[in-house]
Amino acid sequence: MCTPDISHISSNDYNFIYEPAEDTFLLIDAIEKEVNFLQRKSPVISLEIGSGSGICSAFLAKEIGRPIFSLCTDINVKAAEVTHTTGKKNMVQLHAVLTDLVNGLLPRLTGQVDVLLFNPPYVVTPSEEVGSTGIEASWAGGKDGREVIDRVLPLVPQLLAPDGVFYMVVIKENKAGELLIAFV
Amino acid sequence: MKLLTHNMLTSNIIKGVSKGFPLKIVASKVEEKEVDFVPEFTARMIPKIDWPALRQAAADLGKPDNLPENVVEKYEENEEFLKKTHHVLMELEVLEGELICPETGRKFPVSNGIPNMLLREDEV
Repeated sequence: MCTPDISHISSNDYNFIYEPAEDTFLLIDAIEKEVNFLQRKSPVISLEIGSGSGICSAFLAKEIGRPIFSLCTDINVKAAEVTHTTGKKNMVQLHAVLTDLVNGLLPRLTGQVDVLLFNPPYVVTPSEEVGSTGIEASWAGGKDGREVIDRVLPLVPQLLAPDGVFYMVVIKENKAGELLIAFV
Repeated sequence: MKLLTHNMLTSNIIKGVSKGFPLKIVASKVEEKEVDFVPEFTARMIPKIDWPALRQAAADLGKPDNLPENVVEKYEENEEFLKKTHHVLMELEVLEGELICPETGRKFPVSNGIPNMLLREDEV
């Protein structure tokens, strides 16, 4: 495994965007574990919602090892810019779009996403903290940490290709068991 | 923003807009850069592309002659066609400019190569 190079991101940048942390590496580890499975799928399109530094999509693109169209959205302009640069730094292309979740990408992406990544803002916070376009957007999840997750879940079946896969980070406080049932 | 990304974007997120596709491109800075050509990848992308929108986007950038009117038959085996398509999809990058909603004229800026699809609250 080769973790993407993010040395171009300064400590000042991390005042504006989420600094890769345990949850980020959890998602990266999950991708690494599944890499043979993912390679066999020969994915053509990946989409990461809320890419932040872009490290997860860069990792996925590098591990797949062949061309993949890596779309990355973020509501934070700084994150979208850093994502774009993280791709360049790692010799993969990350196609950043500044938007709220997947706004502007439907219906065109309907049934097209082979690999969907989402490390959501899952922290339980007061609802008023949800809806920022700054760094708070990377963690503030509102009630049960579910307010943003619950906007994304209904979109997942629409986005995924017939054999597409979806990876999401959750914490116990998000009522993880309930989330799984929603997908059975 | 590559034209492949542009091909996926719509302005139907604006209240009252039904289709919002394709967005017209008015570019003030475009970069042309070589990207590795993998015919198989381009061939697998073609069914996902809205061809008239891609041709329109190429024309918006002043490159109208690069693509035939329709996707050719047996395109998987037509390396010349795939190469041309690859060029338009992946090798032209809009760094600065605007994307214009075909129904309302609302302009979405493209800055540092990143399209900004964020709306004001009163537009949603």
